[in-house]
Amino acid sequence: MSEVKIYARPVSWMPDVSSHYCPGCGHGIAHRLVCESIDELGIQNDTIGVASVGCSAMIYDYIDIDYCEAPHGRAPAVATGLKTVRPDKIVFTYQGDGDLASIGMGEIVHAANRGQNITVVFINNAIYGMTGGQMAPTTLLGQKATTCPLGRDEKVNGYPIRVSEMLATLPAPGYIARVSVAQPKYTIKAKAAIKKAFQNQIDGKGFSLVEVLSSCPTNWGMRPVESFDWLISTMMPYYPLGTFKDFD
Amino acid sequence: MGRVLMKGTEAIAEAAIQAGCKFFFGYPITPQNEIPEYMSAHLPEVGGTYVQAESEVASINMVMGGGATGYRVMTSSSSPGISLMSEGISYIAGSEIPAVIVNVMRAGPGLGGILPGQADYLQSTKGGGNGDYNLIVLAPSTLQECVDLTQLSFELAQKYRNPVMVAADGFMGQMMEAVEIHPSATRDDPADTTWGLGFMGERGGKRSHLHSLFLTPEPLEAHNRRLQEKYGRIKETEQRCETYHVEDAELLIAAYGTTARISRSAVNNLRAEGLKVGMIRPITLWPYPTDAFQALPDGIRHILVAEMNAGQMIDDVKVATNCRYPVSFYGRTGGFAPSVKEIEDECRRLLAL
Repeated sequence: MSEVKIYARPVSWMPDVSSHYCPGCGHGIAHRLVCESIDELGIQNDTIGVASVGCSAMIYDYIDIDYCEAPHGRAPAVATGLKTVRPDKIVFTYQGDGDLASIGMGEIVHAANRGQNITVVFINNAIYGMTGGQMAPTTLLGQKATTCPLGRDEKVNGYPIRVSEMLATLPAPGYIARVSVAQPKYTIKAKAAIKKAFQNQIDGKGFSLVEVLSSCPTNWGMRPVESFDWLISTMMPYYPLGTFKDFD
Repeated sequence: MGRVLMKGTEAIAEAAIQAGCKFFFGYPITPQNEIPEYMSAHLPEVGGTYVQAESEVASINMVMGGGATGYRVMTSSSSPGISLMSEGISYIAGSEIPAVIVNVMRAGPGLGGILPGQADYLQSTKGGGNGDYNLIVLAPSTLQECVDLTQLSFELAQKYRNPVMVAADGFMGQMMEAVEIHPSATRDDPADTTWGLGFMGERGGKRSHLHSLFLTPEPLEAHNRRLQEKYGRIKETEQRCETYHVEDAELLIAAYGTTARISRSAVNNLRAEGLKVGMIRPITLWPYPTDAFQALPDGIRHILVAEMNAGQMIDDVKVATNCRYPVSFYGRTGGFAPSVKEIEDECRRLLAL
């Protein structure tokens, strides 16, 4: 009986590293989707990643490509600098919701508004992970966090920001989609969106952002399986999946 | 290009282009707006790109990304804008990325005013951002020096993989003077592919990773030791200073930038009266020209520090001279510069003591 290989680690995945992410965290899945896209597009030697601040700050430990670190929230500006000087390279940021939607809201809005030909992978897990579960701009109403222990109250904290819908109001950005990694059927679509966001850049089409709804069982206070259920039952209704702009 | 009359800001911009800088990331702030304006008009002529950032926070991070490729990039701003850039400057230094930052200093603190100042001396030379890092800081005192030091800054930035600041006060930016601007000998030097991002293929698949994050203490301390060793080499080799009539001086003025121009006039006038006054002019504010201060003659009775601030360089003078001489300060703030007469009067007062 011959062996059939059904899965192999992506070539661009850094060999011999073990994950520092918590059990049930969606970052590992999203990292893999980025790696697979890089592999399939054959751009490992031509891709420059920009790391942000948060749990994924050490994404460069997992993806074997050129990497630059950015201060908290500033990854789209660093990516703009890289892409301006090296328009022949593929430049992408990978940012969490605290990084992109709170401290870095200015940078992402203006990079999108310039139609900067970069790719943004935006992980939304509705909480600050690395610092220990504080309220994020994406934390849902009623959701408990260490800095809103009674749950997010719109009268005090405002409403969770739907970044994709907001950026889609701008004329310049080309491709904006929200996906999820809650189950394989969603992850397959997430992969297609991320790969498309890289392909758009290769084709010179302009700014592409994929918002990935992801899990944070540790800071949500849940078991991994519960966290994926919660993602589907509670997060996905507020943050509907779909394509908000596709170069229309 | 022959000798031409130019405004300081525009001379700095043209000098940068002639030094091979093709990428500029800017944000408007007075009194340096002619630099981004000049770059937006003239960079496309040399195949370069001007990007108007949404803030100084963004422009310095664009410089970080652009510099990370190994190519020559720059930004310019003025005092409050430099404060906003301080985080990025710390990251750039920590990640060892070459970058050139021009600060056309205005009067502070806070929003202060748009008139000239030198009150960013401490911010430039002692930090500004967090952590143990140093900028190379160059202080021009003529527009020709604005040109020459701007061009030098690109070479130093790449030689040491370190951010370099041209600390030009608002007078340097806004006055006009005759300058000659020539292409730098190094303007067409290729980017360093051994570490520049985007050269992974040229490195045979070996990636480059520019970062300041080290979550475990041993590598972070090793990184700091390496940086300090580099700063030590810069201190040994890059001190620049001018001395003027110091050999027989009884009174020495220590000044840089515009205040040094004013002090030079005062020295000339006082010398004409037979008074033994000289000047020492730091050109590198960091590394501080300690060697030149150490070599000062023993006959000096007093050092007068003159600045357009409330006395920011005085401690460096005391340290650089091991407190061998009495040191005092005369300065103006608010956008004023000390006049030649004010400095002359202060020198006469000190010599009469």
